[in-house]
Amino acid sequence: MLLQCKNVTHYFGGLCAVSDFNLDLQQGELIGIIGPNGAGKTTIFNLITGVYKATQGSIQLEGHELVGLRSNRITDLGIARTFQNIRLFQELSVLDNVRIANYGQIHYNPMNAFFHVGRFAKEEQRTIDEAMQLLDDLKLADVADETSKNLPYGQQRRLEIARALATHPRLLLLDEPAAGMNPNEIMTLMDFIQWIRQEFKLTIILIEHQMRLVMGICERLKVLDFGATIAEGLPYEIQNNPKVLEAYLGEGAE
Amino acid sequence: METPMTSKTNRFQGPRASWEALMAKRWLLPVIIALGFILSLALHLGSFNAYYQLTLIYICINVILTVSLNLVNGYMGEFSVGHAGFMAVGAYTGALLSTRVWPVELNPFLFPVTIIIAGLVTALFGLIVAVPSFKTRGDYLAIVTLAFLFIVKSAIENIELIGGPRGIPGIYKLSNLPWSYVWMVIALWVTRNFVYSNYGRGVLSIREDEIASDLMSVRTRQVKLLAFVLSAFFAGVAGALFAHALQFISPRVFDIVKSTDILIMVYLGGIGSIAGSILGATVFTVLLEVLREILGPFQTWRYVLMPLVLIFLMIYRPRGIMGLREFRWFIPARDLFASQRWRSKAEAKKKEAADAAAV
Repeated sequence: MLLQCKNVTHYFGGLCAVSDFNLDLQQGELIGIIGPNGAGKTTIFNLITGVYKATQGSIQLEGHELVGLRSNRITDLGIARTFQNIRLFQELSVLDNVRIANYGQIHYNPMNAFFHVGRFAKEEQRTIDEAMQLLDDLKLADVADETSKNLPYGQQRRLEIARALATHPRLLLLDEPAAGMNPNEIMTLMDFIQWIRQEFKLTIILIEHQMRLVMGICERLKVLDFGATIAEGLPYEIQNNPKVLEAYLGEGAE
Repeated sequence: METPMTSKTNRFQGPRASWEALMAKRWLLPVIIALGFILSLALHLGSFNAYYQLTLIYICINVILTVSLNLVNGYMGEFSVGHAGFMAVGAYTGALLSTRVWPVELNPFLFPVTIIIAGLVTALFGLIVAVPSFKTRGDYLAIVTLAFLFIVKSAIENIELIGGPRGIPGIYKLSNLPWSYVWMVIALWVTRNFVYSNYGRGVLSIREDEIASDLMSVRTRQVKLLAFVLSAFFAGVAGALFAHALQFISPRVFDIVKSTDILIMVYLGGIGSIAGSILGATVFTVLLEVLREILGPFQTWRYVLMPLVLIFLMIYRPRGIMGLREFRWFIPARDLFASQRWRSKAEAKKKEAADAAAV
């Protein structure tokens, strides 16, 4: 088992944002978390990645407890994510965006950095080559020197995924990757997610509003409403679940 | 735009092309640095006009101060107003070493050691400010640094052993032009090296988006610690140089006005830029000397004019002249040509594979 969430509960003051969230995630799975706005989907990502510390419960990555660790440690352990509203390092170049995500993989000490001596040159060249290769794989090599805020929206989304991949994750958390995309772009994105999943041997959790995407690629779905899990199962089961229809699909989400 | 001229440049393509051709000659930078040193040595040995020499020394010291504050304020995007406090620590450490600790006759030889110890002691104080920066940022961290400045100043004022409010007079004049120049080059070089390293990119990512940078495996605490310590180290170096140039220091020298001056130099030259730091410090120092001439008996107006400059800068050019841009010679070739070199390498590989397939 790759990731296990047990009775994860989180309060913001008196407000229960997530209650009793359970998840068993096997290596290689692609699952979706859906639910209406404010259901606590992004909060779950924030709990897994250590942005918030869960009030109760445990989150384990291959038996390693994550609750209480700092975000960068969790990333080092192999969990990477993207953000609902793109959070690139806007003023920096596309290449630097990806190189920063290599931070945990670079091994030289501050003295090497102050004087550019020792293993510095070798390590730097390695990360440049690695980052460029990754950009090339994701068809972003041509814009490597571009300031990232100047990229078109679709490319910014892709760069965010590239940046997440540069941390060498085993588990990738995608927070509404299709937000603001038209049906055509969503089709491309579906293929793209399937492709990176195989190419980088990833396990993926997807938060999404776009039913087309979720139904198309997720093997299993979890539906949240007001922090509680109201249903889970295969996509077609979810589609016909009366509880879900009432909470979410019934309100005309499609 | 960033492509350097690889083929032969046409001489008649106009200023743009000649600029590109000049930029391609990257070997010129070390030559210029060496020439600068020879010039500083010549001016020193040739007993060039003492006033001009002192102004040049101040330019060097101010460049060190500016580039070190730029690391925190420009590259990391925090707002530290306590830089004069670090400078004071360095100045007092240096002055005490040379007036009280070292034997008089060894003083000139121990001067580099004095400077380094002053820097290291100040770096320790950098840790004190770095730790609160883990939890606070923005305006609140600015207040922490302001408090640090006041604490340092009033601590010095109240310790009679180091002269209290009267300060330390009669410091030997050990900061000459060549030494100041050498330390300036070291400060610029080390800061530039740091910025173009893994840690430096971490510093930039903290400015851009701290939460995202934490989630992209950047150890933000380590990065902040390093940035503050390095920044404090060079502020201390500048302070020690300053003490041995002015030959007299007192707590009053290191007040909020001094911090404001350094801030103006940073925001005038440009945040997040080595070239901007040099430019800002030089323009400001020269401007100050010119003002001294012009203002005559109205010297105190300087305290109105300079903050006004800061206000106008913040409104109309918040990033300064070179804001977030860098002079190409200062960028390591590995970074500047990273994508280009990778592309040509990839093409060569492809060609090789094609050739192998053809055979």
